Amino acid sequence: MSAQSEPGLLYSEEEEALRAAVRDLLTDHCDPAGVIARTESAAPHDVSLWKALSDSMGLAGLLIPEELGGQGATHRETAVVLEELGRAVAPVPYLTSAVVATEALLACGPDDLLTELASATTVAALAVGLHVAPGAAVPHVRIEDGLLHGELTGVADAAVADVLLVPADDGGLYAVRAADVTVTPQVSLDLTRPVARVTLDGASGRRLGDAGPAVRRALRAGAGLLASEQLGVSDWLLTETVRYLKERKQFNRQVGGFQALKHRLARLWLEVAGLRAAARNAADALATGEDTDVAVAVAQAYAGQVAVHAAEEALQLHGGIGMTWEHPVHLYLKRAKADSIAYGAAGTHRAALAELVDLRAP
Amino acid sequence: MTDAAELRRRTKELLAAHPPAGTDRLDFLRARFDAGLAWVHYPEGLGGLGAPRSLQAVVDAELVAAGAPDNDPRRIGIGLGMAAPTILQYGTEEQKRRLLRPLWTGEEVWCQLFSEPGAGSDLAALGTRAVRDGGDWVVNGQKVWTSSAHLARWAILIARTDPDLPKHRGITYFVCDMTDPGVEVRPLRQITGEAEFNEVFLSDVRIPDSRRLGETGDGWRVAQTTLNNERVAIGGTPVPREGGMIGKIAATWRERPDLRTHDLHQRLLGLWVEAEVARLTGVRLRQQLVAGQPGPEGAGMKLNFARLNQEISGLEVELLGEEGLLYDDWTMRRPELVDFTGRDAGYRYLRSKGNSIEGGTSEVLLNIVAERVLGLPAEPRTDKDVAWKDLAR
Repeated sequence: MSAQSEPGLLYSEEEEALRAAVRDLLTDHCDPAGVIARTESAAPHDVSLWKALSDSMGLAGLLIPEELGGQGATHRETAVVLEELGRAVAPVPYLTSAVVATEALLACGPDDLLTELASATTVAALAVGLHVAPGAAVPHVRIEDGLLHGELTGVADAAVADVLLVPADDGGLYAVRAADVTVTPQVSLDLTRPVARVTLDGASGRRLGDAGPAVRRALRAGAGLLASEQLGVSDWLLTETVRYLKERKQFNRQVGGFQALKHRLARLWLEVAGLRAAARNAADALATGEDTDVAVAVAQAYAGQVAVHAAEEALQLHGGIGMTWEHPVHLYLKRAKADSIAYGAAGTHRAALAELVDLRAP
Repeated sequence: MTDAAELRRRTKELLAAHPPAGTDRLDFLRARFDAGLAWVHYPEGLGGLGAPRSLQAVVDAELVAAGAPDNDPRRIGIGLGMAAPTILQYGTEEQKRRLLRPLWTGEEVWCQLFSEPGAGSDLAALGTRAVRDGGDWVVNGQKVWTSSAHLARWAILIARTDPDLPKHRGITYFVCDMTDPGVEVRPLRQITGEAEFNEVFLSDVRIPDSRRLGETGDGWRVAQTTLNNERVAIGGTPVPREGGMIGKIAATWRERPDLRTHDLHQRLLGLWVEAEVARLTGVRLRQQLVAGQPGPEGAGMKLNFARLNQEISGLEVELLGEEGLLYDDWTMRRPELVDFTGRDAGYRYLRSKGNSIEGGTSEVLLNIVAERVLGLPAEPRTDKDVAWKDLAR
C-alpha cells in the first residue's frame, strides 16, 4: 500500500484544554436527569446549552474560516468537542449544523450563511436523511416555476433548524428558511437527536451551488467525525459500567471482581482503545486531506459496533436498573444504535473500502 | 550529554576506521560495541555512551545508509530484549563485562529457563530446585517452551531456593551455562510439525554462586525486570497498512478471483478493518511512548494480535478451499527464527494457535487489563501466605 506520512493520533495540549472547558460546561448544564426530562418535553433540543457552547466558546464556528467569523480550527478540535457531546448525549445540533451543514456550505464557497452559523444566530440542517452514506444516492425535491416541492424524511435536528439546505432536481443545493416549509417531528428511536419530515409546498429557496460535491463532502465529514461522538458515547458507557461494578455487591463480593465480567469489560476496553485510534485517525485525515476516504470508511466500519456493544454491555451489566427509564443508559443505547445507521451503516462503509483498497467483491 | 551530532560524528569515525565493505562482520560488530554505538543508552564500556535511548535511531540510520552489518537482532532477541536489561540492572561489574559484549554481537546466544510443565501462567509456582553446596548451587528440574535452547550458550534461569517460603519469595535468579554437564536439551515438536522450542532437563547442574543475579531469594523481583522488558518489546515497531497476516490473505484475494464468495468477502472486509484499527492503535501507542506518556494500550496489543492472527489465518485456509486441505511440509525442522507469516496458510493457521498462549495467555492478559487499567478487583488469592511446598499441584 502507499506510504503516507504518519497521522497524528494524540491530543494536543490545546485540544485537552478545549475538552476540559466543554466538559465543565456540560457538567453544569447537561446532567442525565435533565436530558431525560427534556426528551419528554415539547422542546427536546437544549437551545440554551447550544447558546452557551456557541457564545462563550465559539464552538459553532470551529470549522469556519476566521474571515467568515469562525475560529478557523480543524476537524481535530471539532472531534474533541464531539467526544464530549457524545459523553453527555447532549441534545444540541452540533454535528448536524456546525459540521454537516457547515461543510456543505463551505463546499459552495463563501456565503453570509456561514457567518450566521459561526455566530450561532442561525442553526442549519442538511435536508438529507440521517441514514444516507457519503457517495450514496441523495433524495431531492423538484423545482416547478422556481419554487421547491417535495418531501424529505429522517432529517436530523430539522425541528430546531432555522435554515434547511435542500438538494433539488436541477442538481442545485438550496437554502430554504424553516418558516417557509413544514417540519413534522417523527417519533425517533434516538430521543436526543430527533428526526423530522420536511415538506416543501412551493417554498422559495436560494441556490447555493452544486448539491453533488457539497452533499458528498458534508456527509463524509459527518461520518468521519461521528466516530468521535461514538467514542465519547462508548467511553462514558465503559467508565460508568466499571464504576458501577466496583460499587455493586452481590454474593458478598464486588460484582466487578468476577472474572467472567472482568474479561467482558477488558474486551470492551480494547474495542474502545481501537475506536479512539480510528476516530483520531479519521479526524486527522479530514484535517490534512490525506488518506481521508479510507480513514473515514475504516472508522465508520468499526465505530458502530463498538458503541452499540458498549451500550448493550452497559445495560446488561447494570442489571435491573439498566432496563429502567430513570437510568440514563437507555439514552446512550438509543444514541449508539441510531449512530450505527447515521451517515451509512458499517456494511456500506465496508463496501466502500472494498473499492478503495482493492478487495473486490466476487 | 552525548547529543545527536556527537553520535553522528562517532558513527562516521567507526565507519572510517572499519569500512563495512572490507571488514569482517564480527570484527565490525565488536568495534561498534567498543565504540559505545551498540545501544547508546547503556553505560560507557558496556556498548553504550549513556545517551538518551531515542538517539539510537540516529546511529542506526547512519549505519544502515553505509551498508554496515547488523547483529541479527531477531536471532538474538531473548538476549537483547530480556537478558541484557536484567544483567545491566542486577549483574555485578564482572558479569556485565563478561556477558554483554558477546550477547550483543551474537557470538553467544541466550535462552530463558522460566516456564515449567507445572508452572505456566502461574510462573511463580515453579518447582526447579537450586540447593546450595559450598560455592555452588546444584540445580534439578525441568523447563519447557525454551526458544533457542539448542543454540544457546547461556540461559537466564529462575529456580526455587527455599520451598518453605510462599511461592514468590523463595526464588533465586541465575545465569546458567548451557554447555555445563547435566543440561540436556530436547526438541519439543509442535502442531506445525516443527520444533521451534525445547524441553530442558537440568540434572545436578552445578552453577557457581558468582553466576547468581541479584540476592538469594529475590529472584521474583529480578524476573519482573525481564518480564517487563518482554512486554515492552511487543508491538513496538511501526507496521505499514496490510503488514502482517492480513497482507497475506489480501494478496491471495487479489490474485485468486476464482476463490471469492460473498460470505468470505464480508468476513475478509471485517477482519481488514479490525487489522487496520489494531495497526492504528499501535501507531497511537508508539506516539504516546515517544511523547513520554506511556498509555495502557500496550496491554491490549498482544490480545489484538493473537485474536486477529487466529481469525485471519483461519479464514485464509477456508478461502483456499481444496488447497486448504493440503499442508506444505510436515518434516520435523528446527527453525532458528519464528516467522508467523512464513510458509503457507495451513502453517499460519496452526502456528497462530500459539499466539494466545505464549508470552502470557490471553486470559491472563485480560485479567491484567481489567485490574491494572480498569482498576477492577483482583482475583482472590489463596496462595499468598502458603509455603510453596504446601501448595496444591
